[in-house]
Order: sequence, then C-alpha cells, then structure tokens
Amino acid sequence: MSIDIKNLTHVYMPNTPFESTAIKNINWTVKNGEFWGLIGHTGSGKSTLIQHLNGLLKPTSGEILIDGKSLGGKRSSLKAIRQKVGLVFQYPEHQLFEETVEQDVAFGPKNMGLSQDEIIKRVKEAMELVGLSYKEVKSKSPFELSGGQMRRVAIAGVLAMKPQILILDEPTAGLDPRGRDEILEEIVDLKQKQNLTIILVSHSMEDVAKLVDKLAVMYRGEIVSQGTPREIFRDYKGLVEKGLGIPQITELMIKLKEKGKNVSQDILTVNEAKAEIMRLVRGKSLA
Amino acid sequence: MKIAAEIVALDVHYQYAGGNSLALENINLKIKPGEFVAIIGPNGSGKSTLAKLFNGLFAPTKGDILVDGLNTKNKDDIWEIRRKAGMVFQNPDNQIVATIVEEDVAFGPENLGIPSEQIRRRIKEALRIVELTDFADKAPHLLSGGQKQRVAIAGILAMKPDCIILDEPTAMLDPVGRKEVITTVKKLNQDEGKTIVLITHFMEEAVQADRVLVMEKGQVVMEGRPTEIFSQVEKLKKLGLDVPQVTELAFQLRTAEIPVRYDILTVEEMVDYLCQLI
Amino acid sequence: MREITIGQFIPGNSVIHRLDPRTKIIITFAYMILLFVLNNFYGYIFPVSFIALAILLSGISVRYILKGLKPLVFIITLTFLLNSFMIKGRVIYELGPFDITYEGLSQGAFMAIRLVLLIVGTSLLTLTTSPISLTDGIERLLSPFKKVGVPAHELAMMMTIALRFIPTLLEETDKIMKAQMARGADFESGNLINRAKNLVPLLVPLFISAFRRADDLAMAMEARCYRGGENRTRMKELKMTALDVSTYAIFMVFAVGAIISRFMW
Repeated sequence: MSIDIKNLTHVYMPNTPFESTAIKNINWTVKNGEFWGLIGHTGSGKSTLIQHLNGLLKPTSGEILIDGKSLGGKRSSLKAIRQKVGLVFQYPEHQLFEETVEQDVAFGPKNMGLSQDEIIKRVKEAMELVGLSYKEVKSKSPFELSGGQMRRVAIAGVLAMKPQILILDEPTAGLDPRGRDEILEEIVDLKQKQNLTIILVSHSMEDVAKLVDKLAVMYRGEIVSQGTPREIFRDYKGLVEKGLGIPQITELMIKLKEKGKNVSQDILTVNEAKAEIMRLVRGKSLA
Repeated sequence: MKIAAEIVALDVHYQYAGGNSLALENINLKIKPGEFVAIIGPNGSGKSTLAKLFNGLFAPTKGDILVDGLNTKNKDDIWEIRRKAGMVFQNPDNQIVATIVEEDVAFGPENLGIPSEQIRRRIKEALRIVELTDFADKAPHLLSGGQKQRVAIAGILAMKPDCIILDEPTAMLDPVGRKEVITTVKKLNQDEGKTIVLITHFMEEAVQADRVLVMEKGQVVMEGRPTEIFSQVEKLKKLGLDVPQVTELAFQLRTAEIPVRYDILTVEEMVDYLCQLI
Repeated sequence: MREITIGQFIPGNSVIHRLDPRTKIIITFAYMILLFVLNNFYGYIFPVSFIALAILLSGISVRYILKGLKPLVFIITLTFLLNSFMIKGRVIYELGPFDITYEGLSQGAFMAIRLVLLIVGTSLLTLTTSPISLTDGIERLLSPFKKVGVPAHELAMMMTIALRFIPTLLEETDKIMKAQMARGADFESGNLINRAKNLVPLLVPLFISAFRRADDLAMAMEARCYRGGENRTRMKELKMTALDVSTYAIFMVFAVGAIISRFMW
C-alpha cells in the first residue's frame, strides 16, 4: 500500500487563545514496501502527522491518499483504513486492558468482526511474530509480564489486524539495550516476512541508520528534508541545529574528513567505519 | 565550600515484600564526597532499588546504609537523610506536584519549614543553576521533558542537598532533553560540588562519570573508571548492555591488531588518535 | 475535550488577577448568593454591571468567556424549557399536554439569566486566579475550621494535585482512546449499554495509569520530605491590600443596590 500526502496542515484548537499550528504544508509519498524513518525534535509534529495516516485526526486542510483513495470522513471507510494502517503508539503497553494476553491481542480482530477460528489463528500468528510463545503466554495477565514483553503484546495486538502499513512511534522508548535490540530485530523480521510498508518514528539516529531505507526530517511542523540516511546524515550541522544528531560513528568520520583525512563520510555503522579505517591503514603501510 | 556527603553501603541485602528472591545481595560500596558515580545494568538488576535505599525510601532487609554518617534505618534521621541525598525520578510528569514551576520548586523547602523570604531566594538560585529562571511562572505540563526534569532537579536543589541521586532521569526524554539533563548534572557536580549518583541505560552518559558501577541480578559485578569498564566490550555485551559506537570501533580495530589505546571514549579522542594513525 | 474553557486559567497582570484569592473567592460566593436574593428582572442590573466591570478590568475577551457557556447551553436551555412549561398562569400557547404561559416564560428567562450569570461569575474567578492560589485561598479560608476537624491542608493538597494532573490525564485519555481506536474500538455509536461496555478498554488502562502515577508521586513527595501540613511554611504568604479593601467596598455598593431592588419593583 502506498501513502500520498498533499499539502497537509493541521491546527489544534482553532479560534482560541491556545490555537497552534502543529503541521503545515506536508507533502510526502511513501511507496508500497518502503521502510521509512521519521525523525524530528519533540513537538516537531511527528505524532500529529502519523495520526492523520489512519484517520485519527482530520486535516485542517490538504489531503491524504491511501492507495490512491482519499481518506474521507465516512465512518465505515475509516474503520477499514484503521485495519490497513496499523498504528503502534508510544509506550503501547499503556493501552493493555484485558485479563489475558490472548484476549488483549484478540481485541483488534474482534472489532473487525472476524470468526472465532480466524481470531485465534491471527492471535497465534501475531504473538509468534513478536517472539512470544502462544502456548506459554496466552493465559497470563498482561500486567504480570516484564516491560519488554508487555510492549510485544501491545504490538501483537496491532499486527493481529494484519495491517499492510505499520507505523511505530518510538517502539523502543524506555527499554534497556537488550530489550531495544530484540524489538528492532523483530521489526526487521516483520518487514522481510510480511513485506509490510513501515514507518518508524525514532529519536535514535543509530537505530534509523541501521534499519531504514529512507528518512524524513521534521522541523517545526514541516518536513524539511527527505532522502536516504546517507544523504540526510551528511548535513551534520543542519541536523544539530534542528535539535537532532547523527550516529556517533558518522560524526567521527565527518570530523576525520574535516581534519583533512581522505575518508568517506557516508558511514553509518561501526563495521563500515572499521573497513574504511583499515583501508587507510593498509594504504599507509604500503606507502 | 562545604564537603558533600558520602554514602556507604555495608553488606546490604534487600528483598521486596512478597518477592521470592533477593533484589539486592551483598552490596558493599562507598561513594565519596563530590564524586560522580554512574550505575548501569539491565532492567531488573536492582539499580533503582539501590537508589531508593540511598534516599531512605526503602530500608535494607539486612546490612546498613549510611548517608553522611546517618543510618537510614533510624526513623529520627530519615528527613535529614532525604534532604541530604535528594532524589530525581524517571518520569518527569509524576514527580511535579504543583501547577506552577516556582511553586513546585518551593515544595521541598516548604516541607522543611523554611521561612518564606528564604524560600524565594533558594528558588531563584535553584532555577538559575538549572537555567530555567524565565520559566518560573510557567505551567509544568507545557514544558518539554528535559525542562520538566530540570524543574525536578531544581526542586531538589532548593532543599540544599549534598548529594543528588538520579534514577534514570533521561529514560523518557528525547536526545535534546537528555543532553540538557546531563549537562545540568555535570554542572551540579563540577560547579556546585554535589555528589552525584546517576542511574542510566545510556552509556554515553555513564562515560562522563568518575566511576562506573555495573549491576546484574542484584549484585555489583564490575566497578572502575569509565575507561576500565568500557574497554571490556565483550563482557558488557554479555550483560546485555551497550557500548558507545566509538568504544565498539576501538574494540573492532583491536581485533584487527591495531593497538588502539584503552582510554579512548569520546569522538574527539578517537579523532585525535586516528589522525596520528592514518 | 480541548474545547472546554471553564476552569482554565489565563495568566495576566490585571487588577482582577492581582487581587488576593480569598477576596475573589469570598466575593464570588457573595455574588452567587446575591443572584439568588434577586426577585425581579430589574435587579439584574446590579450583578450584570458588576460582572461587566470585572470582565472589563480583567482584560479577558468577552467572546472567550461566552465560549465557556457553550458546553452548558444544553443545561441552560433545559432550565428555560422546564420552567416555561411547568408554571401555571396565563396561557399563551398550547402544545399538546403542555401549556406555555406568560408566567412560565418569564420565570424560565429569569432562571436562565441567573444560570448564565452564575457561570460567567465563577469562570471569571478561575480564569483570573491560578489554580494554586485558588487552593491557597481555600486553605486559608478553611484553616479556622481545622480545630473542629476540617482537614484544610489535606483538602487543599488534594485539589492542587488534582489540578496538576488534570491536563496530564486528559492527554492520557486522548492517547489511550486513539490507541484503542487504532485497534478498531468504537466509542461513538451503539446504545447506552453498549457504549458503557465499549469504555472498558479506555477506563482500565486509564485507572492503571492513574494508580501508577499516584504511586510514583507519593514516593517523589516523600523523597522531598513531605509529611503533612504540620510545620510546613509557604513561599507565598497571602496579604490583603488596599486593592482588596476597595474591591469589597465596590461590591458592597452593587450588593446594596441589588437588595434595595427587591423592594423597589
């Protein structure tokens, strides 16, 4: 599925002393199967933007096309859209409410009016996708699980609706390094196995550098640049001015370059940096 | 300047009521006055529990915690201990009591029974240190996460503590907020002479401490200067912890037989080193 | 939810903003009593002109204050209609089993005006008084009753915390609601029972979160040496000034006028 956003603007609390423009003139195209990262300082409008993608917020002006069809106001079509565009909020474990994990994951499919067999099948699949054993966990209360597991249950709850586009708002916030790596691996897995279109909202430049194909940078309610991580991270100073950063390793290489060393600046991972440095070391020892 | 307090843990064990295993086991440590100590470790390793023992929110099941010579088990000293060893928590929203920034900063001193005139002076001073003077009359819920956390720090500062314990103060913040808080913490340590205990998941933050404690399963499993700790890349990874990318690169280069020095922790240090190498 | 303006505070430095909160609370109460003392339309001249003067001095736009009435239009209309239909008298129009009477209409209008004035008066209080000084004022006003067991400090602390967490919990409600809507929940259709049932996915997480916050907050307060109202000092000591005295005097003029109006017409 593809998303096409045209001139999207959203104003909160219009005509009050509290009126504020959250996003303005957003133009953005996400093609089927792409893996996007969305970065920007807090309050740059990321949350407002993604809530438009499944109709939770309505544009003040502008248009959103999902697979070429405009997101209109009719409720029936909104429900269908919410099944196709899965949205995992920040700290999604805060939305858990059922007595058992199985019931909680089944909430979405149930709302879709599926048959009991289909619901169970989907719950099983979704739980396995996020690395939870259906047998062991299904009857537990979600509230007795660890933080990382609770988050997986919540993500499974969205996956069980079989969305074609998955939007994750900071899925690793507040987790420890191991929990974070596990969730990120599962997202990559999902991408490959299910061929989903994914939008990952993140504050971690290291994470997006490793994972996504394309990046959109938001600043004060606008998308100010789009491109591959390599393209985006070249503008180190610009990103810092916008309250963002670049991966430490990319920063290192850019600073080496500034010192007059002949290194590539398009480095995103430690392994790439190592290879680049080894190349220069060998070059020097040969000379 | 007054010498900041020291914290001593003697053979400390802690078990939660109803818990079937020890949350902390056999902890012996000493935090020196004016020191900046970072505590790292995976979730559930007992870091937060330890912090709450330092501040007297929990009392050890076995063993003793002494804050500036006062035992946290002694009920009469508990308020003085909490004043001396102030505590900042993870969720900025859940520790701000009042609806106006300066009112919130005043909360601690008000509890201590400080006269009004003096409270005002303390608020001014505390807000100046955390650089929020212009926000004195703002509503906290309109501030950014980093600003809220600095309000919380100011609230502790206004009680004139010797030591500040921060329990994952940056876990819920964005990179800008994290930087704000860490800059403030370093300032408290260097300019104000406060003893700092910083619990964190972010290794870039731990790198800045004088000493790092690594916890696992209720015990302190590694201890040393940041350079000593972060050179042990494999051990840290085994514990499920991160290493900063620069440290990782140093480790990788060493495996390729490039003798990178062990005391390199920051981008600048690495740039200097590599400039000589290549 | 974002549209509700009642109870919101607009910071400012007007005369009204600077009044001692106790003055504002006492006068608001007196003003409310006054509204119930009045027995004819002419009497409204006094509270209307008083509140108009106060609004003028407060610098808050009339439009904004009237917006605060919006969520209550239903109640106001209901008051008007109930009174119009229920009161016997000279019949103007027959509507099925109900008679619309001259007395009914006049009584309905009278009540509706009273309600509007009540709401405008109280919202002016909250719009110009920060929640914290409001609770401070209440605490001070109640403190003489501590001796007879009124927990003035605790009440004020509860109000402060409630006020502090209202925006946080509203935001949280909005977030959970959206998260459940993203999972296909429907909070808007169905009959009453179904709607109540549909609220479970909202209310359970909201309660859990509120309890977690309460836990955290209690611990944070304890860590900051909070141990009740005993020996506690306050940063802001309330002081009555000449401004307060003149406010009482001005109000008295209007109040006396209003009371006299009872006997004039």
